[in-house]
Amino acid sequence: MILSKGNKAPEFDLYATPDQKLRSSDLKGKVVIIAFYPADWSPVCGDQMTLYNETRELFHKFNAQLIGISVDSKWCHMAFSENRHLNFPLLSDFEPKGEVSKLYGAYNENTGECKRALFVIDKAGIIQWSYLSPDAINPGADGILDALEEMSNIKI
Amino acid sequence: MSVLKHPINSTDHFRGNVKADISLVEYGDFECPHCKLAHPLVNRLLKERGNELHFVFRNFPLKKIHPHAYMSAAAAEAAGKQHKFWEMHHLIFENQDRLSSNLLYLLAKDLNIDIKQFSKDSRSEEVSRKIETDFESGIRSGVNRTPTFFLNGFPILTYDETYDSLLNAVLAESRRLHHGDSAINLLL
Repeated sequence: MILSKGNKAPEFDLYATPDQKLRSSDLKGKVVIIAFYPADWSPVCGDQMTLYNETRELFHKFNAQLIGISVDSKWCHMAFSENRHLNFPLLSDFEPKGEVSKLYGAYNENTGECKRALFVIDKAGIIQWSYLSPDAINPGADGILDALEEMSNIKI
Repeated sequence: MSVLKHPINSTDHFRGNVKADISLVEYGDFECPHCKLAHPLVNRLLKERGNELHFVFRNFPLKKIHPHAYMSAAAAEAAGKQHKFWEMHHLIFENQDRLSSNLLYLLAKDLNIDIKQFSKDSRSEEVSRKIETDFESGIRSGVNRTPTFFLNGFPILTYDETYDSLLNAVLAESRRLHHGDSAINLLL
């Protein structure tokens, strides 16, 4: 089971680039969207991270920061991010493997990868919405935007 | 995936029969190879069943991975200002492997489009707003890849890049309308 609405979002301190870490405390005062996903290099046009890259401007209307997390290494993330021109951080839950994902209930013990799970966390660090998608299905961005809209009373 | 949140309206480009009781909305990206594959399938469907279908194409350019997607969408919309949206749409897909801004001008010239006006329109706020509105309506409707098709507002989840998968979805919807079957059961 993934963490659901009302739970405090577990803290994290993970590599965002080969030499820089991102801590949850760095994002204080921001709405945070976390997208856990199984692996870099999904082959389909419009795969989840590519889609969110294009949706970033809509997320920004809600002052929301998007973060991707998988168990891929920081070097793998760097190559993937450059290849897809991603303009949001991908965090590496690599060592100890899946430690943060497990805290969110978003780790798949069978495959050793993250589940495809989404969380929207408010400024106080409380989860306001979460969604677990089947691994093979890209959940899109509509659920995230609906949740952001509900939290902020802003309509876009 | 969600249902189509923004119904077909007067800003949409359409083919087929505007009075048909089946609508097919495609969210597509001119530089996406899967959309190129879908293009002749839609053409065939409209050729064979155009009278029963109201087809609409909405822009869903993935700009960061497809550097010519947005300029192509803008070119098609600008051509649309001179009533040549579909002609441009076809030419862009047919020339997908060599897209460039120069090529888009050459295609417009081939269509006898007023180039000065085309150039102005393709950079206009109206055209960029149309593309953004299309994209946002897709995002809010749960579009997660291109092409995504909505049949009478419901996503065709069975589409597998074959003509039969499109046709069968349309036939099922037609049966539902005429025999009262549940759309959900047939499509999902």
